[in-house]
This record gives sequence, structure tokens and C-alpha cells, in this order.
Amino acid sequence: MTVLTPRRAASSRAGARARAWLPPVLLLAALLGVWQGAVAIRNVPPYVLPSPARIAGAFVTARSLLPRDLATTTVEAVLGLVVGAGVGALLAGLVAAVPPVRRALYPLLVVSQTIPMIVLAPLLVLWFGYGITPKVVVVALIVFFPVVVSTVAALAGVDPELIDLVRSMGADRMTVLRMVLVPAAIPAFFAGLRISAAYAVAGAVVGEWVGAQSGLGIFIDRSKASFRIDRVFVAVVMVAVLSMALFAAVGAIGRMAAPWQHAAERGRS
Amino acid sequence: MTDPAAVVDVASLRLVFDGPPPLAVLDGVDLSVADGEFVSLVGPSGCGKSTLLRILAGLLAPTSGTARVHGEPVGVGRAAFMPQRDLLLPWRRALDNAALGADINGVPGAVARARAGELFGRFGLAGFERAWPSELSGGMRQRLALLRTFLLGRDVLLLDEPFGALDAITRRDMYAWLQQVWLADRRTVVFVTHDVEEAIYLSDRVLLLSPRPGRVVADIVVDTSRPRAPDVVTEPRFVAMKGTILAALEDSR
Repeated sequence: MTVLTPRRAASSRAGARARAWLPPVLLLAALLGVWQGAVAIRNVPPYVLPSPARIAGAFVTARSLLPRDLATTTVEAVLGLVVGAGVGALLAGLVAAVPPVRRALYPLLVVSQTIPMIVLAPLLVLWFGYGITPKVVVVALIVFFPVVVSTVAALAGVDPELIDLVRSMGADRMTVLRMVLVPAAIPAFFAGLRISAAYAVAGAVVGEWVGAQSGLGIFIDRSKASFRIDRVFVAVVMVAVLSMALFAAVGAIGRMAAPWQHAAERGRS
Repeated sequence: MTDPAAVVDVASLRLVFDGPPPLAVLDGVDLSVADGEFVSLVGPSGCGKSTLLRILAGLLAPTSGTARVHGEPVGVGRAAFMPQRDLLLPWRRALDNAALGADINGVPGAVARARAGELFGRFGLAGFERAWPSELSGGMRQRLALLRTFLLGRDVLLLDEPFGALDAITRRDMYAWLQQVWLADRRTVVFVTHDVEEAIYLSDRVLLLSPRPGRVVADIVVDTSRPRAPDVVTEPRFVAMKGTILAALEDSR
């Protein structure tokens, strides 16, 4: 193990970050270059496949149209994440606390994930109307599953000796839950939620597709109908950016909620 | 063998784990520990010494026989129990881990932390109050676990191989240190170990357990004066005592 002074450690960390970012950025730039070249050489019409430069241009012209749709989708995705996280945490607690519930519920939870959202979304619109509710439900249905699986695994993995120790000090069930089980599950809960966050925006878009007034899904639908494929790509980029932002935000909240994890990782490296 | 003056009193204790086949872990354990006495339980691995400690901690009910602390049947929260592994809660900083027992028992947080903080120096942890357990060395973690056990404020301490996971050198430092900490307020200690030297160095009495099913087969009084210097382990009397116990251990197999 090399001993680093704080300054050197910081600069080497910045270096490591640059090294981590550089390959994907270079690869992306190369792919865009090939795309641009291919479209120009083969003379592909923009209503089939617009060039990256044209998409960049569409960003500028769509600037005034995008904010409203972006806001709608963001609200749906965030609300869905919150609802899904809450439902996921509750189900995980229930599954972990009551073994018969685990046996009864777990298979159903798995089945719930096998139903394609594109099939379920129209039914949700039928039941909940054209408002924000069916979109939030779609997102929550996608979100809760990784949260449950990951949290249940963490709860099952809590060291029974740890629980015994706390009990030997006079703790009742509620105290064990509060002082041992909940904190022990926090890192896994956020790990699950982070995976979910990556899918949440795509879920909201699917929900919008079936029927909505605004949202990136609607923006995509409208753009496609008027052969503005460049704008479809603009929306796709926005979906990706928003997904990455949610992913990063959940990661940051998770690190704040479990600061000891960070210390442990530092200790290992 | 019920001794009214005993703080810890165990009589005809049996523990059988349900089978199949049923496994008798303890069979007819009698022992008593006087107030302020340091007693070690030594025995071959699997003889049930840790199990006995878990019964005294109230975590396990015996099949038959009695186990009393201060004349009352054992129950959780009556004696301070320290398991083999340090079992610090990773999400609590050192000071908060030390105050765990107080938090569980509803002591106001600030009071509990002030009380814990005062002992950090004595436990060789000064300056590490805000550290996460993952940032502490093995010896420090073990001292913190002991500090947490001391802070439970019980006058009976049940220590299950607290230094088992440490290297030989740290271990020797730790038991010299434990003697010093214990001498400061002389609480009653039941100490499980498989290290005979550690047992003699620390104890007033060493109880030898037979292989499973365990029972007490020898009761050896260590009457060397305290505090004992670290080099006491090389004195002829000490060496002879170690020989006696090791021979008894060998015989009981």
C-alpha cells in the first residue's frame, strides 16, 4: 500500500475520475463521427435517420417546447420512485418479518415483473384515467421490485448474533427493528433503488405513450407523427440525461443515508 | 451446591439441543462465583462453555437445572454479555456504539455519551470517539466492545473469548490492560477462553470443563497477588499451574 499525502491522494482521485470518464466519452464521440459520416455518404433522408449535427440543431429549435414535457416526466418519475420505494420498503419488511407472507407473496412479486408494461399501461389508463396517476403507478410497479429483492436479502443477512447481543442488553422487537434491522438494510435499499432509478424515466415515458397531455413520451409521439425524427432523438437524449440524473441523485442520497459505508470502502482501498 | 452468597449460581444445569439426534451440550454443571470474583471457564472446543455463557446472558433457556444471578433466575438484561466477535454496529460511530446499551435502556443520549466519553481514555480509545468501527484496528474494536459491555452498568460481566480473534502480541497487551481495568472497580466476571495462560493470568479461579456434554471437572484457585506483572507467566508457580491445567485438560479427553 502506498502512502499518499492528502494533496496527492486528491489529485490522483481526480486523475482516476478522468481516466474513468475518458473511454466512454471517446467511444461516444467515435460513434457519433461514424454516424455523421454514414448519413452524409449514403445520403440518408433526415425523416429516416437524422445526422447527429441535425439532432443538435433540433435541440436549439425545440428549446422552448421541451421544458414543459420534461417537467411532467420528471414529476412522474420522481413521484413513482418515491411511491415505489415506500411500497418496496414496506413489502420487504413484511416479507422478512412474516415467513408465511414471504412464501405467499414472493412468487406473485416475481410474476408481477413478467407482465410487459406496454400491456399493463393501457389498462392502468382505463382504471385511473388520463391524469398523472397511471404514469406514477407504472413507474412504481417498475421501481418497487429491485428495492424489495435487495432489501429482503439484506434483512435476511443480518447477523443473528448482532440481534442476540442487542436483545441481551434488553431490547424488545421494536428496538431491534429500529437499531439493527433498519440501518442494516439501508445500503441495500438504496442499491436497489438506484437500479430502479435508471428505469423510472423509461417507465414514465411508456405510461405517457398510452395517453397523456404532456411529457417526453407525448413529445416523442408528436415528433414521430410529424416525421421530426431529429426531435425524437432529442427526447431520447433527454430521457437518458434525466435517468442518469436520477441514478446519481439516488446514489448521493444513499451515500448520505449510510455514511459508514463510505468509511468502510475507504478503509478497504 | 447452592451458595447463598454467590452472585452467579448454577446448579445441575443441563442443556440438550433438540435432535434428531438430540445433542447434550451441558450435563450437570454446578458452579458459583462470588461477588467481585474473576472466574475463567476453560475447556476443549465444543465443550459448551460459550453455550453456558449464553444461558447466563438469558439468551438460551436450559433444559433443566437452575442458573441464577443475584439469586434470581437469569434473564436478558441482567448481566452484561460480550460475545466472541466484537459485533460493533457498523452504522454507529465509536461513541454511539459505546452508548448502545444506554440507548436501548432509554438513558438520554447526551448523558449516555458523556458517560461513555469519560471512559475512552481508560480504554485506549481517546480521539476515536467519532470514528466508524471500520476505521478501528482489531484491538481497538475489541476494547470498544468491552467498553460497551462495561457501560451497561451491570455488576456481572460475561465475557466470551473477548481476545480470541487477536494476534498473540495484541492479546497479551489486552489482558494486562483488562486486569488493570477490572481492578479499578472489581466487578464479577465470568470469562470464557481456551487460552490457559490467559485464564491463569486474569483469574481468581479457573474452572475446567469436560468435553461435551460439559460439566465442571476441576476448580483451580489462582492465589497470586494482584496486580500481576506481565512476566508472572514465566514464574515457576505459574508455569506449574499451567502444567496442571493442561494435564487435566488432556486427562478429560
